[in-house]
Amino acid sequence: MARIQLRRIAHARSGDKGDTANVGLIALNPAFYPALAREVTAGRVKQHFAGICLGNVERFELPNIGALNFLLHESLDGGGTLSLKTDAQGKTYSAALLRMEIDVPDALLSETSVSR
Amino acid sequence: MIRIANGQGFWGDSLEAPLEQLRRGPLDYLTLDYLAEITMSILQKQRSRDPRAGYARDFVEMVGRGASDIVERNVRVVANAGGVNPESCREAAAKALHRAGVKIGVVAGDDILACLDALLNRGVEMRNLDTGEPLSTIRSRVQSANVYFGGAGIAEALDQGAQIVVTGRCTDTGLVLGPMMHEFGWAKNDWDKLAAGTIAGHTVECGAQCTGGNCQVDWQSIPDYADIGYPIVAAAPDGTFVITKHPGTGGRITVASVKEQLLYELGDPHCYITPDCVADFTTIQLAQAGENRVRFSGIKGRPATDMYKVSISYSAGYKAVGTLVYAWPDAYAKAKAADAILRQRLDRLGLRFDSLRSEFAGVNACHGPLAGEPSPDIAEVVLRVAVRSEDPKPVERFTKELAPLALNGPPTVTGLGSGRPKVEEIVAYWPALIPKSEVAPQISIRET
Repeated sequence: MARIQLRRIAHARSGDKGDTANVGLIALNPAFYPALAREVTAGRVKQHFAGICLGNVERFELPNIGALNFLLHESLDGGGTLSLKTDAQGKTYSAALLRMEIDVPDALLSETSVSR
Repeated sequence: MIRIANGQGFWGDSLEAPLEQLRRGPLDYLTLDYLAEITMSILQKQRSRDPRAGYARDFVEMVGRGASDIVERNVRVVANAGGVNPESCREAAAKALHRAGVKIGVVAGDDILACLDALLNRGVEMRNLDTGEPLSTIRSRVQSANVYFGGAGIAEALDQGAQIVVTGRCTDTGLVLGPMMHEFGWAKNDWDKLAAGTIAGHTVECGAQCTGGNCQVDWQSIPDYADIGYPIVAAAPDGTFVITKHPGTGGRITVASVKEQLLYELGDPHCYITPDCVADFTTIQLAQAGENRVRFSGIKGRPATDMYKVSISYSAGYKAVGTLVYAWPDAYAKAKAADAILRQRLDRLGLRFDSLRSEFAGVNACHGPLAGEPSPDIAEVVLRVAVRSEDPKPVERFTKELAPLALNGPPTVTGLGSGRPKVEEIVAYWPALIPKSEVAPQISIRET
């Protein structure tokens, strides 16, 4: 097993709906999706965003595009114009999620090229 | 096959993009999104000062600059530029167009500010979708109230011969779906096709954010950001479509760039609710179909709900944001010390805020605790302090407490060039639902 940062096998985009941030996490190659689905649980994402996400985390699966969508409730200091955060719309939370480390089989990394 | 372009992803997007879309290749439709959630309240304020104002003036300027391209190349233009005064927007656009015989349609009826109390009295509660609170808690502070209509009203205006369609509040996805409904004659209950048009709309609604803008995959190798091409939907009557852009423009359209945009501001992917249908993002099949071409197929949808979403804006107090820049050595330590001193002074003045937030740009403003401790040698740190209160007085006083730190606090501080921070009125957003039976789009066509 190898411990890697998500940025090696995934990309992401985030946005807002009120005080909820959404973070979409996408496998760089379809072969990486099962590892994402197994390791990046709602609980782990909640733990990862400790001190940022004050509410619960919901997870949705989009296997058709090799992606997961997370809703991070109460994460934007009230959200919209009420928020005093620099990143009031959670635009950089995508990259923040890619800091997470997960364990993947060594073979997954050596045998799979990253598709663009 | 029809080609529907997006030339504007939000209020504040590139002024040149719509003209580039008109001029650099063939198009059937140009769609433009000029509204954001808080835009309507700003426009409402403009209209209260001038009864002929209250719409997106950038649109009128665009029509003026692009008049010959629009008319001679027979491109139909669909824009939610009407704001709270679509009728005046039409008049201004007609003047800017400076051509006779062009039909301009307006889709109105979304503005429910004047009948808010009548709706409340009829038992339409318009509770906040996020918090469940009733509208009565903020009724006296409401500044604007608009229903989000979908693509159907736009399709009707196009059916009646409009070459330019100006709407008030309208879903971003409806701007693209409307032309498809008109061109392909899709039934109002052909849910799969309406879902396909809705997903096409979602993909292009943020302009270049699907053509390589903001894309994390190999961003350094994305060609020619300076001349980035905005997206075009090449749509077929069966509900399949290709996302592409004009040849010779910058950016890059790949399955990866498109996937990122699909996930942008997405909630439950099974239930993407619009006035037109409920689209299921888990049914989308994507394929790279050549350079800068991504094909969509397989999309399924379900029946629309019987509610419209309403966007209500209300006055929610005041805020101010100020910054100071601290330089090496000990930049972070100095910025933290300055923050502590400032807080002591605010306390001593007896100022109370609903919220007071300090961030250290260069250290943790974006990623908070996830960013970890900075290098002790960090070159500079920006202290950013923001306050919010229902009462303007403490916010006003706060704006006068930052500057003194330039002389009476920790050393090597700069960045006060623009003077004291400004007090801003906060206009907040109240999302709610109303039954579709309460309102309907009103379509009118006039010839220039």
